[in-house]
Amino acid sequence: MIAATLAILRKDLRVELRAREAVPAMALFAVTAFVLFHFAFDRDALDGDVAAGTLWITLLLTTVLGVNRLFVAEREQGGLEAMLLAPIDRTAIFVAKAAALFLYLVAVEVVAVPAFALLLLGPDLLGSLPALAALLLLADLGLAAVGALVGALAAETRAREVIGPLLLLPLVVPLAIAGAQATEPLFTGSGAAEDLGRWLGLMGLYATIFVLLSVALFDFLLED
Amino acid sequence: MYGRALKPLALATAAGAALAFGLIFFYAPLDADQGFIQKIFYLHVPMAIVALLGFLAGGVMAAMHLRTRRRAWDMRSYVAIHLSIILAVGVLVTGSIWAKASWGHWWVWDEPMLVSFLIIFLLYAVYQPLRFSIDDPERQARYASVFAISGAAFTVLNFVAVRMAATYTHPRVFSQTGGNMPPAMFLTFLVALGAMALVFVTLWTLELGSKNAAERLRRARRHLQREADGREAGLGGEAGRPRPAAGAPAAVSVSAASAPTPAPR
Amino acid sequence: MPAIPLETAGIYVAAAYIVFLALVLVYVAIIGRKVGRLERELGELEQLGGEPSRDRQR
Repeated sequence: MIAATLAILRKDLRVELRAREAVPAMALFAVTAFVLFHFAFDRDALDGDVAAGTLWITLLLTTVLGVNRLFVAEREQGGLEAMLLAPIDRTAIFVAKAAALFLYLVAVEVVAVPAFALLLLGPDLLGSLPALAALLLLADLGLAAVGALVGALAAETRAREVIGPLLLLPLVVPLAIAGAQATEPLFTGSGAAEDLGRWLGLMGLYATIFVLLSVALFDFLLED
Repeated sequence: MYGRALKPLALATAAGAALAFGLIFFYAPLDADQGFIQKIFYLHVPMAIVALLGFLAGGVMAAMHLRTRRRAWDMRSYVAIHLSIILAVGVLVTGSIWAKASWGHWWVWDEPMLVSFLIIFLLYAVYQPLRFSIDDPERQARYASVFAISGAAFTVLNFVAVRMAATYTHPRVFSQTGGNMPPAMFLTFLVALGAMALVFVTLWTLELGSKNAAERLRRARRHLQREADGREAGLGGEAGRPRPAAGAPAAVSVSAASAPTPAPR
Repeated sequence: MPAIPLETAGIYVAAAYIVFLALVLVYVAIIGRKVGRLERELGELEQLGGEPSRDRQR
């Protein structure tokens, strides 16, 4: 199963490296959103809860873009049928898709977070970087699981461009809560997070639940 | 089979609702802080609890569907979720009315239950669009079940997250559901909760009964149609086969299908 | 907080309970419409080849 997962993941990454359909679009989306936030708030530098909220909302909305691409290309070109014909575990397809989404998100954040620090963030980023990185990685894990599940769920519907985002947005509310609450003290200038552990715990719980759910349910989405 | 349970259920619901109304307005004492407005509590909170349990039950029934592959479980899950969505609207509206009456705003963000319900409502509002934008009925049932199970798990997780956010940013929490209610109030609340659960189960049975009948009707119709077609095509070739209906001429069925149906009596 | 006077409170409480009643009634009405459709279809089915309808026999 691990070999199959790696094979699918390698294929997805190679396609992405060649066609560059998801990651550049997501990064561009995030940076453009920062520009929009600058004009919408009419502020040159953000800090505290507004900065935390801006960063997290932008990243969560960027995920929507990635999730929409995750299965659509596969379905349009018939890749999924071929994979289903192959004698591999269905769970491998899910793990590969989630892993691809996870890597996309990390790649986007490597671009988007420095861009955010450069364009909008008032306080210095460097001091809060370790805590922020831990939060982002854990959130990405949850997002990857939820995103792959929602992507597969929406891919079979007639109105998938609408159903996907509408499903994903309420589902990421707990991550928005934990992310924004934990990042806010990081961006107030003091730099130290008091309740970091508790929000990391919530994100960990979220990731665990959705990984287990997706692994258990994914088979049923790919029958036939 | 659903119809038979409906009569005792409806009677129990009527009795329960009457008892609950009586207790709420004539037995339970007036709240010391909130006064008469606290009577919304006996409607709002049971509705919220029942809607929540309905979403969870929908998830469990969906799991049963995926396990047993019986369409009946999918129907049960669908109706439970559908009813819970309607109750959730009621929770939001009555909560909003209560907020306006006691705090002067139509919406308060520091009430975790209300906020959680808004988020869950927004999620489940996509259930029906998702369901009905999948054409194949078997796949529709399967995908809806996956949604229902994920939604049930998310409902619990979401409550935890919202409550954590609320206790963190707003240290003062209104103790609506406060643990130390006078016994008379608590009894009234329990009766109201039971009545609300009965309303839910009765309506659930009612809709399932109608859905089940429609499904069987559709099957019977297809069957009869095929038989009628076969009779026309085979020109009596199937005459030896026993038919459920004593020989109505095929020509009648064709004309009757297009003609307006005469009243049964 | 001070309890608001009974007259205003009464309106809010009544509104809440009416909302609930209205929701249930709308729901029953929707089910009623479905049952109506069921009845009509059943009538058509009777014509289609089920039992000959009663008034034709008379």
